[in-house]
Amino acid sequence: MTQLMTSVKPLPSQQPSVSPARKHVDVPAGLWLGCPDCGEMIYRKEMEANLHTCPRCRHHFRVSALQRVNMLVDTGTFEETDKRMTSSDPILFNARKSYKQQLLEAQKASGCGDAVITGKGFIKGRPMVLAAMDFFFLAGSMGSVVGEKITRAIELATAERVPLVIVSCSGGARMQESTASLMQMAKTSAALARLHKAGGLFVSVLADPTTGGTTASFAMLGDLIYAEPKAMIGFAGPRTIANTIKVELPEGFQRAEFLVEKGFVDRIVPRGELRSTLARAFDFFGR
Amino acid sequence: MNRGGRIGPPVVVCLPASSKEQTLAKRTRRSVKKTSATPSAASPSAKPAKSASGGPSKTASGSETPSGLGMGLAFEQPILKLEKQIQELLLLQETKGVDYNAEIKQMRDNLTALLKKTYDNLTAWETVQVARHPSRPQTRDYIDLMVKDFEELSGDRRHGDDKAMVTGTGRIGSHKIMLVGHCKGRDTREKIACNFGCAHPEGYRKALLKMQTAAKFGLPIVTLIDTPGAYPGLGSEERSVAEAIAVNLREMSVLPVPVVCIVIGEGGSGGALGIGVGDRLAMLQYAWYSVISPEGCSGILWKGSANAPDAAEALKLTSRHLRELGVIDEVIAEPLGGAHRNPRQAAVALERYIDRTLRELKSLDAEKLLDLRYQRLRRQGAGALVE
Repeated sequence: MTQLMTSVKPLPSQQPSVSPARKHVDVPAGLWLGCPDCGEMIYRKEMEANLHTCPRCRHHFRVSALQRVNMLVDTGTFEETDKRMTSSDPILFNARKSYKQQLLEAQKASGCGDAVITGKGFIKGRPMVLAAMDFFFLAGSMGSVVGEKITRAIELATAERVPLVIVSCSGGARMQESTASLMQMAKTSAALARLHKAGGLFVSVLADPTTGGTTASFAMLGDLIYAEPKAMIGFAGPRTIANTIKVELPEGFQRAEFLVEKGFVDRIVPRGELRSTLARAFDFFGR
Repeated sequence: MNRGGRIGPPVVVCLPASSKEQTLAKRTRRSVKKTSATPSAASPSAKPAKSASGGPSKTASGSETPSGLGMGLAFEQPILKLEKQIQELLLLQETKGVDYNAEIKQMRDNLTALLKKTYDNLTAWETVQVARHPSRPQTRDYIDLMVKDFEELSGDRRHGDDKAMVTGTGRIGSHKIMLVGHCKGRDTREKIACNFGCAHPEGYRKALLKMQTAAKFGLPIVTLIDTPGAYPGLGSEERSVAEAIAVNLREMSVLPVPVVCIVIGEGGSGGALGIGVGDRLAMLQYAWYSVISPEGCSGILWKGSANAPDAAEALKLTSRHLRELGVIDEVIAEPLGGAHRNPRQAAVALERYIDRTLRELKSLDAEKLLDLRYQRLRRQGAGALVE
């Protein structure tokens, strides 16, 4: 957890300061890796130095919540909130695997209590509240803890009258907490109604993937909605859709660019431009 | 793409045809009448069995599911058999002039006991099956049975009219209300027009538009939830059903009029929640409400729907569980043997709940109402937090 306070300058040319133990599991270990998009073999250090994007084709690799915080927030300014909040496994979910066990494993692997990191800090000197979701923690799913932490982040931004940024990266509501997870969609959205009424700015940033109950609540409620290039964004998963309607899905369906075309995302913002884009938005809409 | 479009929005005219509704109403009324006279006869096995001949012995062998929509749930078979036997005995008594009253009374007592025993001990999966029973009353049945002067209002004024969602004005008890509810459809034609109760974005947008109209005129809102989930398809994603649901969640939380939400059958995830944010959330006794369907959960955990019964158990999706967990405020008791055995009685229970709850909520001013609504939502999941 201490690494949180030691974030480096998040300029594209610099390497985020993430301790080796915190490295996410997306990318196979080793010095070199194949880019899933262009197929090129790339040097891991170079990829990491490029904010976890492919130096050749700019493919955006998934990053953990901690890496996200480090690459987004001004070095040393992030104060994490509700760091220790965890789930009690309210319905003692135990089908095939015990939820308790899954939680323990995810906590151990990520060093986080649950699938979101929240807190306040600065972006290019501008104060803001940030929530960054972590796909590597049970697919970034939203249970009671994620819902509560995000709601508190929204309330904090409302109270302190600073912009709110939520970076979504989530498979949706968490199955293992059943209806309680579902209710987090309502809770976070209701909190956003209050932020909205208070005139607060909310920038929703959608990373790959943002689906299900996350999309159908706060992720789609930003005053501004940005998406990372080619991020998968939707409600139902593509497999579910294909199974239901028995047709092949069109090329690029549910990708960020598709949503821009259909009118549901304001703009595609590559990772390297996010900090400056956010800072401009804060200045323009800020009070 | 075409296919999605075809399944999608307007196409067929759905329910407004009054003749169909009347038959439906008649049918429910008929079955109600019978049930009150004889606690046995469910609408399903009403007529077919007889064709003269045959005594009880022959009936006993007829344990096949009653004709029609495959209405026999597996766990209901002994009940259906007994109901059929009573029917036949009644018929025999009528045609042959023999007095079987004592036997019939005994069998009816047995039936009541069996219904009670069966329904008191339903598993989660059996509850899901009851919630999906083909004869279970749907939103339109409740409209017929408990909403006076109902006038349907169509369309989201943006894209089209989604038949999977019905909205309109009417009166429940002494209250003028705006009613919003999912529509599943009864026969094949209706079901297809309604996408089996799976609403598209325009359904959610229609619901919100009508609710905001209600709010403008200070009318309370009643939502009846009964959906397997929002429609997963191309059109649905292109017009972003996620955005439609999200906006509903946010805006319903600040509607300055009382909002009462009741799960009457299936509460399938975000598609259910999309009209489910309010001051009160209740469930009919044998409805289910969950973040994912048992089949979907089984698909994720076991790669296939075969373990849906295990998933149903694990998801704690019954009204009893959700009341214990504090997710819902009240369980509305259903008639003995489920709402499909006595739709009228179910409607009376629903009407009473709505009337009483609206009375309560109407005593609050808008500011207090919204504050309490927010606190209610704010508590959701609090029991799961370890800090």
